Amino acid sequence: MNKYLSIYLLLLVLSWGLPQPVLAQSKLYATAAGQTSFFSETPAENISAVNKKTQALLNTTTGELAIRITMRDFDFPNKLMQEHFNENYVESDKYPTATFRGKVNQTIDYSQNGTYPVSATGQFTVHDVSQNRTLQGQLTIKDNTLTLSSDFDVALTDHKIDVPKIVFMKIAQVIQVKARYQLTPYTRP
Amino acid sequence: MHVLRIVPFLLIPLLSVAQDDLLGELESQAGPLTVPVEATFKSTRIINGHSVETMKRNHLDFRISHRFGRLNSGAYELFGLDQATLRLGFEYGLTDNLMVGVGRSSEQKAYDFFAKYRVLQQTTGARTVPVSVTLFGSTVVRTIRSFIPGEAQRSFQDKLSYTGQVLIARKFSERLSLQLSPTYLYRNQPELPADDRLLLAVGIGGRYKLSKRVSLNGEYFWTARDAGSTSLPYYNSMAVGVDIETGGHVFQLHFTNSLGMIEKQFIGETLGTWGKGDIHYGFNISRTFSLEKKSKQNPVGW
Repeated sequence: MNKYLSIYLLLLVLSWGLPQPVLAQSKLYATAAGQTSFFSETPAENISAVNKKTQALLNTTTGELAIRITMRDFDFPNKLMQEHFNENYVESDKYPTATFRGKVNQTIDYSQNGTYPVSATGQFTVHDVSQNRTLQGQLTIKDNTLTLSSDFDVALTDHKIDVPKIVFMKIAQVIQVKARYQLTPYTRP
Repeated sequence: MHVLRIVPFLLIPLLSVAQDDLLGELESQAGPLTVPVEATFKSTRIINGHSVETMKRNHLDFRISHRFGRLNSGAYELFGLDQATLRLGFEYGLTDNLMVGVGRSSEQKAYDFFAKYRVLQQTTGARTVPVSVTLFGSTVVRTIRSFIPGEAQRSFQDKLSYTGQVLIARKFSERLSLQLSPTYLYRNQPELPADDRLLLAVGIGGRYKLSKRVSLNGEYFWTARDAGSTSLPYYNSMAVGVDIETGGHVFQLHFTNSLGMIEKQFIGETLGTWGKGDIHYGFNISRTFSLEKKSKQNPVGW
């Protein structure tokens, strides 16, 4: 038998014997308290809302990144707007979450403290309509804490979110979004 | 080679790491949620009567309500539009579940003070609650000077009346919501001597959404008057209308046989009957203001 093949098989057997959490350890970073906020600016009215319960999970080995935003957790200063946002615009009963599933494009040494410009490419889904997006942002590493931040725009038409003509003037067609996620090491339960 | 046959199985642990479903993991992390069923009705009123909805904390609702004269008053009165009865109201949410309000009706020059508290919120998901329940209580003082003979002799106490309601509603679907409103109404001095001080009633109301922003509403109050009081000129209150919501405003346009817009008047003292065309056109306009501080409005420094 080929010597290399047997070494490979031996390694596989050994790795198989290891429990999953050991394999996964220190590769995953997560938060359940990320901040996602958005802002709509028109001459008639400025509307902003913040979600402080955004979930994010990053696999630093593969660069895979997942973000999950529960729409009902967006907090508006005006609760009537919040109700309309959930009921009429994003239809939170039917489509309760917005998600991003993608990959960080840069190869980064996550053990080095520092600030890096990063981008992630993947599927961004809002209102059950997916778009392939590359989102630009910044990654700050400090003592095993990763802070991801990104500012990007979301066009309502890209996600089939209708704004009735009567309130057309009050809601911007392109919404500015800010994301701030502080991820800490995460082990699978 | 025999050994190679088991290679695919040995690869399983590596594959499972490579095909990580991070999103699925986040979903299971979040677990099953209990989701409140919101927006059972668009407004704190179905038409005349209160709905289970309350104003949220620190939100002010300014309400202007009109009822015009009777449609059957003819073209000379422009089908009632020449006469208007008005109620102005300021209604405020102390907490997300408790609201208070004050209003003034031109009918009987009556001031009404009320409080409304949501005791149960309909929910779906992990924990299911089938209905929303809200308690309503109000006191009305009528201040008109010469409403009936002998008015001058009435004491302040005599001018008071009280309403208590248990509002029970269920949003059956996105479109359909129904409400039951058992009502207790007590007048220290009824408007007509033949009337009883105590009046019990049950209201039934509902809405059906025609589109995202327009709904069809209906409401009926059945009063428990005994057969001996049939000499009274009062009828049960019935109303049909539409709600139109435009951002911060809710417009409610309707037809009703009641002129008054407070419980004492529309449940207890409705003089018109649909059968004879004693129908009033009316509207409620609700404008909601958020009184949250500016600093809270810009949580990330926009």
